[in-house]
Order: sequence, then structure tokens, then C-alpha cells
Amino acid sequence: MRNRTKLPAVFLAAVMAVMYLPILMVVIYSFNASKLTAIWGGFSLDWYGKLFQDREIREALVNSLVVGGLSCLAAAVIGTLGALGNSRLRLRSKGAVEYIATLPIMIPEIILGMVFLAFFSLLDLPNGMLTLVIAHTAFCIPYIYMMVKARLVGMDHSLEEAARDLGATPVRTFFTVTLPLLLPAVASGCLLAFAMSFDDVIISIFVTGPKVTTLPVKIYTQMKTGVTPEINALCTVMLGVTVMVLLLSGLFRRLGRRTGQ
Amino acid sequence: MEEMILSLRGIRKSFGDAEVLKGISLDVKQGEFITLLGSSGCGKTTTLRIIAGLEQPDEGRVILEGKDVTREEPHKRDVNTVFQSYALFPHMDVASNVAYGLKIRKVPKEEQKKRVKEVLQLVQLEGFGKRKPSELSGGQRQRVAIARAIVNNPRVLLLDEPLGALDLQLRRQMQLELKRLQKKLGITFIYITHDQEEAINMSDRIVVMNAGSFEQVGTPDEVYHHPRTSFVAKFVGSANIIHEEGKTLAVRSENLLFAKQGASDKYCVRNGAVKEKSFAGGLLRVVFVLEDGTELTASRHGIDTDVREGEQVKIGWLPEHAVEVEDDLPEEGTGNPGTGGRMPREKLEAAELKGDRS
Repeated sequence: MRNRTKLPAVFLAAVMAVMYLPILMVVIYSFNASKLTAIWGGFSLDWYGKLFQDREIREALVNSLVVGGLSCLAAAVIGTLGALGNSRLRLRSKGAVEYIATLPIMIPEIILGMVFLAFFSLLDLPNGMLTLVIAHTAFCIPYIYMMVKARLVGMDHSLEEAARDLGATPVRTFFTVTLPLLLPAVASGCLLAFAMSFDDVIISIFVTGPKVTTLPVKIYTQMKTGVTPEINALCTVMLGVTVMVLLLSGLFRRLGRRTGQ
Repeated sequence: MEEMILSLRGIRKSFGDAEVLKGISLDVKQGEFITLLGSSGCGKTTTLRIIAGLEQPDEGRVILEGKDVTREEPHKRDVNTVFQSYALFPHMDVASNVAYGLKIRKVPKEEQKKRVKEVLQLVQLEGFGKRKPSELSGGQRQRVAIARAIVNNPRVLLLDEPLGALDLQLRRQMQLELKRLQKKLGITFIYITHDQEEAINMSDRIVVMNAGSFEQVGTPDEVYHHPRTSFVAKFVGSANIIHEEGKTLAVRSENLLFAKQGASDKYCVRNGAVKEKSFAGGLLRVVFVLEDGTELTASRHGIDTDVREGEQVKIGWLPEHAVEVEDDLPEEGTGNPGTGGRMPREKLEAAELKGDRS
């Protein structure tokens, strides 16, 4: 059965070529000494040096980290409490609540962006850091909600009952038993959400102000003047951060599965 | 009147349309070992959860040491539970698990350490303090669960089939250990099981439950030798139920004799055919079918007997071995686990017999 063993390899090669070749190109050319993007002029770290000397880019990076961090924290609290609350419900509307809670993942980002823009102008909220954090929190919630929910499904409810039985108040039970058991899932969801927030362009463009720019938006606006080697370096940095965050998220998820047994 | 540590008064509980507890009442004395015995779904776990406060009764009262605690939250009751799944906290080591209740009650650190050490010694788990629950065997986890509960010196300890997940040998050993522990500590135990042997071995009193009601409350001797209803006779004593002249009689299988030839007139005798023979638990069990279709089971020592399958024999018992019991209404799913689905047909026949007479 030769074709049987060959087909998956061909498929894999095609996927790799389509998905990862462009990425690889960007990474390679970020180390290109030549200013022309199409010609290889030898290895160099110049563009990385230039990148970190650029004040605007540094500011954009800080903005991105702040927006990602704050909205993750806010979404972690809301998403965890939401998943916990919904798991306690014995209502028929439970499914509907769950669907609504995860809907933002499925709504096209362009629509979400427009909706936020309209909403904030209705509230007379000037676009800036606050609007960015609110919008990012909104689309981060589903990731944390889903992770925590998955963890709750596998969790033995009698653990909480045992804590109550041993004299712990409901609040104490939450902080000594429920939360520690959920923490790996919360952390995993947070990192996933952070990765999403860190590379978001579409929603951010709608809600960002003239003074506050995030890194992806900065890349997007710079691209209008053509692909510079500097952009390649910036893309590589972002790629590195995202991959690291996602790996960490996977690690936490595995940790959660192990302690859950 | 002797002081009761725990009283249940007319407890009723329904989940949706299903009535799980149909008005049960019970008085438990200080230091007593009480077993709730019944097949799964009879409401014994719900009873335990209501005592612990993890479930609220629809009606009735729970009185702990003379105080009505019916609406009291679980953490305010001086009652601890050993859960069926053990419910050990997976993110804490054994010592932290055991110390949890003490920590909540703000017992000083030094005393916590001392008591945890003592109680781990008591359940023979010295030196296991630093292990995680996932690194323990089933029997060890079970001991940790017991240690975690008794370290708090509760007035009443509730145990929900704590030995259910263990193999037979370990279970027998733990039965003895638990009983010893209970005597030593003087704590009142309320114990759940579906295993009649376990109940008889350990209890001061047995509560036989069936479909949300108490069928009989009594000492193991009373329940075994003087069953009140045909359900108790079958569930606890694996007894045969014989209908005779409008009376219902229970005869345990070891008191049922059989022979190819007739017996002396001291015996009540029936004619029947041998249906099947099997050897289990050191006893030979022979199932007979009487002329009216009733099946009877006799047990005796040995691995075989001279009667063959299909052979006509005389089956008899001494009148003093037959106990008159109340007839239960036929109900689904209350079969005796020990006699492998013998009951449904019997129930059917009981119903038919009644129909014939009317």
C-alpha cells in the first residue's frame, strides 16, 4: 500500500509550504543586511537594532503589552466567574447562555470593530487606551470561559462539598479548593487570550485613538509605505512572542490535566 | 429517655417528580454504629447528604444534639463525611488534606501538626504526609479520607460506601479496622452500604431501606432472624418467600432441606424439581421449581450433592425456621443482588396468587 503511506506526507508538505514558507521568508529576510527586500546581502542584526531605537515602535510595543495584560486580567475574572456560574445553573437556558458567551469568537471582527466604535461614540467615550482595553476584554472573555468550562466538566463536584463539610464557608471553599484547581485552566486561557489581543488589528483600528497605537496597528500603517526590512524584524519579534505565549498556554493546560486526576 | 445525638423527623425529599425519601424518621444514640442498608437508588445517599447539610429536605427536621439544624449550612454542622469518591484535594499533600479542617477552625499550627501525626498513625499512614493523593493506592486514599474526617473529632461521622471501590480482601480487613476505630474513638458512625454482610459485621443497628422508606430498623440479629417484611427477608437473609394459606413465610436457604425420599412429619414438605446447582462462597446452592412455579433456593456445605438437575425431590423445612413476614408490594428494581434476578418472577407470582384468591 505505497500510496497510502505517501499521501499524508504530500499533504503535510503542501500545508507546510503554504503556511510556513512565507513565515520562514520573513524571518530570514529580517536578518538581511541589504536594504532591498528581494536581495540577500549577508547576515545582519541591524534591523533589530534600528527597531529598538525607534521610539514610536517602542511605545506601540508597551501599549500592546499593557492592553493585552489589562484585558486578560479583566477577562480572566469575568470569564472564570461566568463559567463557574453557568456550571451551577440548572436552567434550560444554560445552553443559550453558553452559546452567547462564546459567540464573539464567531462574529466577524470587522463587525465587532464597527459595533464597538458605534457603542463608544454613543457613550461619548474618546478612543484611546480605555476603549482598547474594553474591546479587547470583550473578545478575550470567550477564550478563558471555554478553558475554565472544560476544566469544570472534569472536576469532581464532591471536592467542594468536602471542603464545605470540613467547615469552610463558600468563599473559603472557592479560594482554597475551587480556584487552585481551576488556576491552570485560567492561566492557559489567559495566555491564549493574550496572544489574540497581541496580534489583533481589525478591532483595534476601530477603537484606537490618534495618540495610542498598538504594535500590529503600527505594522499595518507602516506597510502602506512598503515592506521594509524593519517590518520583517518586527514581525519576527511578534511571532516569537506569540509562539512563546501559546507554548506556555499548552504547558498550563497539560499541567491542569495532570493535577485533575 | 436516653439522649439522642441525632434525630431525623419525617424527612421527605423529591428530585423533580421522583420522591426519593418518603417521610423517614430515625433516632441515633451517642457512640452507635448505624448502617443504612439498601440497593442503589433507595435514597440512602440522599439521607446522608441531608444529615451533612449538602441537601435540603422538602419536609421534616434534622436534630443534632438537641438543636434543630435543618436549615443550617454544612460548614456549621459538627458532622463530617467520608465521601464515596474520597474527594481528596488533588492539589494538596496528605498532611494538608488531613489538616484542612483544623486550619479552617484556626487550630494553632503546633497542635495541627500533632493531631495530623496522631491521626495518620491511627490509620497506619505514618510517613505518608508529604505524598500527593495521586501517589496513593485506593486503600491508602480511603484511609486518608477517614483521617481527614476524624481529625476534627466530629459528633457524627457519615460514611458513604467507603469500602465500595476496594477489592474483597481489603474490604474485609478495612471492615474490622473501621469497627475497631469506631470503638476506640467513640464517635457515632452512620454508614452506608449495599452489602448485607458488611452491615451485619459492623453495625450496632441496621436500617434496611427500600424505595425511600425504612423497611426495618433493628440489631443485625433482629433484622436477620426476625425480618419484618419479605423485602428484608430477601435482602438481608437471602431468604425464600413462600406463600401458604394466605400467609407469607420467609425461610433462609440454609434451613431448607431436600431429599429424594419423603421426610418425617416434623417438616413442612413440598414437591419440586431441581432446576440448577451452583457452587459459590463455600456453599452449594440448589434451585428448585415447585409445582406452582415458585422457585426456592437451598444451600448446604460441600461442592456437589446426589440430586441431579431435572430430578423430582422433596423440599422441606422445620416450622420454627419459617418466619411470617409482611408482603411487600411488587416494585421495580428492588431485586436482591445476591440471588441473581430471581425476584421479578416471584413478584409476578405473588401478584397472581393474590389475584386468584380475590
